[in-house]
Amino acid sequence: MSPVNQAQPKYPPADEVDFVIVGSGAAGGVIAKELSAAGFRVVVLEQGPYLKEPDFAHDEMKSLYQEALTNNHKQQPNTFRARPSQKARVQPAVTYGRVVGGGTVHFTGNYWRFHEIDFVERSRLGAIAGTGFADWPITYQELEPYYTKVEWEVGVSGQAGANPFDPPRSRGYPVPPLPIKSSGVLLERAARKLGWHAAPAPMAILSRPHNGRNACIHCGFCEYYGCEVGAKSSTLASVIRVAEATGRCEIRPLSYVRKIKIDKRGRAVGVIYFDDKKQEILQRARAVVICANGAETPRLLLMSKSNLFPQGLANSSGLVGRYLMFNGGAFAGSLFEQPLNEFKSVVVSRIVHDFYDTDPKRGFYGGGGIDFRFDLQPVAFAFAGLPQDAPQWGKDFKAMLKQYYTRTVYMLAHTTSLPVASNSITLDDQVKDAWGLPALRVTYRDHPDDIKTAKFFLARGLELLGAAGAKKTWNFPVGEQTFGVHLLGTCRLGDDPKQSVINRDHRAHDVPNLFICDGSSFVTSGRGQPTCTIQALAFRAADRITRLAKAGEI
Amino acid sequence: MREISRRGFLAQSCKGVSAVWLAAHWTDIRAAAQHAHHTAQTTAPAKFEFFTPEQAREIEAAAAQIIPSDDSVGAREAHVIYFIDRVLATIEADKQPLYKQGLALLGSRARRAGGARFSELDAAQQIAVLKKIEKTPFFQLLRGHTIAGFLANPEYGGNYNQAGWRLIGFEDQGTFAPPFGFYDRDYKPEQ
Repeated sequence: MSPVNQAQPKYPPADEVDFVIVGSGAAGGVIAKELSAAGFRVVVLEQGPYLKEPDFAHDEMKSLYQEALTNNHKQQPNTFRARPSQKARVQPAVTYGRVVGGGTVHFTGNYWRFHEIDFVERSRLGAIAGTGFADWPITYQELEPYYTKVEWEVGVSGQAGANPFDPPRSRGYPVPPLPIKSSGVLLERAARKLGWHAAPAPMAILSRPHNGRNACIHCGFCEYYGCEVGAKSSTLASVIRVAEATGRCEIRPLSYVRKIKIDKRGRAVGVIYFDDKKQEILQRARAVVICANGAETPRLLLMSKSNLFPQGLANSSGLVGRYLMFNGGAFAGSLFEQPLNEFKSVVVSRIVHDFYDTDPKRGFYGGGGIDFRFDLQPVAFAFAGLPQDAPQWGKDFKAMLKQYYTRTVYMLAHTTSLPVASNSITLDDQVKDAWGLPALRVTYRDHPDDIKTAKFFLARGLELLGAAGAKKTWNFPVGEQTFGVHLLGTCRLGDDPKQSVINRDHRAHDVPNLFICDGSSFVTSGRGQPTCTIQALAFRAADRITRLAKAGEI
Repeated sequence: MREISRRGFLAQSCKGVSAVWLAAHWTDIRAAAQHAHHTAQTTAPAKFEFFTPEQAREIEAAAAQIIPSDDSVGAREAHVIYFIDRVLATIEADKQPLYKQGLALLGSRARRAGGARFSELDAAQQIAVLKKIEKTPFFQLLRGHTIAGFLANPEYGGNYNQAGWRLIGFEDQGTFAPPFGFYDRDYKPEQ
């Protein structure tokens, strides 16, 4: 572990800081930077360790088995059930980043903006029975300046105007798209043949130096890995550094928050966390901002129940933890004649958005995007990268490894999930984590339209692979999901306190000095790439919080 | 399904290499790596930590049918046996009984096939024996260890001289520049 930044202050927990932020990921990192730059004293509590570039390595075994960058399912068991009537069983159900920088450290870096339609889809399409399908309280136009801030301050490579389906923008990207890969050339070729459109993928990985950071060196250890040169735009590599340089922001790793402490008036006085020795500490603050992700944020609120808030904190609506959305998807493999060498460089270079919008003619709700990618290092490929009917050992197995590794590319589709009230994060009443806290219980069953959408996208993806000239394709059947990494919707934004958990300022309807911003804030799921929008919300939320604080309204 | 759901799928698929592996025993694997490095640098024949030389010969023969040596190197030349030995001596000592059972199983099957021991059967006989036991936990574990020993970073003791990586065409070069593959070689964007 590297020494902490010299500029970092050390705040004694008993001293009341202006803000304590729970979580240092996509949203927490941005809000920490914005609030400390605005002059506030900020403590960020992160349950994971503070790793830096020298700690990251090209080591597949470590990445696959150690869970070094993500939540550890042994210490923090999940339970899962498809329906509320079933008994939940212990099994991994969510993965999220558990290091300073959160999931942005190991993510792929797909940075699509949401489109205008994502915020007003309910008005356009009408209600969908059995769901909480709703408009957002904010529009794309209100969020647009903050998308631009994400692209410039966090660092996104892309080409404005290249994608005919993109929403309007006020400014281009700071750096051009990353170089095209063979997978991108093939996707472009296929899309053209089918009359569709492939465009350079906007990626949170720098193609050129920007804001004093390095450009990508195309090493190929991207998804699941921390970037060794800081070219991937994690909050660790970007905004957290700026926050620390203000001298007002303390990043406190290995701090696992178990409760928001509330006074008799119903205001937050701080948060109680376990330090690395499992000792309980109260960090006092004038206001609390929770950015712990769409699974841990509702869990923390539910664990913070008290006499004043018997259903859990900020839960008068009963919606904390509900409307969980994972995003859907479809997946197929393909073999080409010549080597693509997809193990080099970033994971995705081209995307197809022709089926982004819901088309009522299809008879079901849903839309998404498609890319071609390859994300398997050698060991994982040998275990899981070949067609399912491939030989498992012997000379034919070996021959397939030799033929397929450099010639394989996968089609991945990223699709919508509808907000269903019974899909939820709750506290397990039997299983506890290594700190004695109730385990995170996931209840999830894809809405039938989500399954239809995934099947529709699998068919389009196979058409693309065929049009690209694949010698062979294979796919996995679309099934109901039991595992999520996009953790969305569980503390939704809204103007009506009965229908939402936080207001348009990201302030909890029930607690005036409690703010929430992360994937849990989403009202609808978008099309499978949520991080850019989480960060646009975070820049906007920080703006609103700053104004309220300076006006003395918190 | 999606990227990290697929990761969950991968973790499940890789059960042959038990998932708690590195999680629980990171310092031990470091020691294993140093041992392997040391072994690679000395000219003296490597010493086994868990296996007797006779047992190692049997396991190596089985691993060599999982990834055989043909016109290119296989598990044998990639030193997979040293990887397995170190794993069993350190971080997966709890799997030693399974290997002992496996050795007994290989022996009894070999005798039924008319040989004194598995390693002395001819290739066709060895393959026939392994086909009969391919659903057993021992074989699944051996398969997982053989794959990992063939393709994981050489610091872990296998993948000698990057034999596994060379076979499949993987390079860990640290940095690459376009063009990366055949299809992006002469790419010209169309307007």
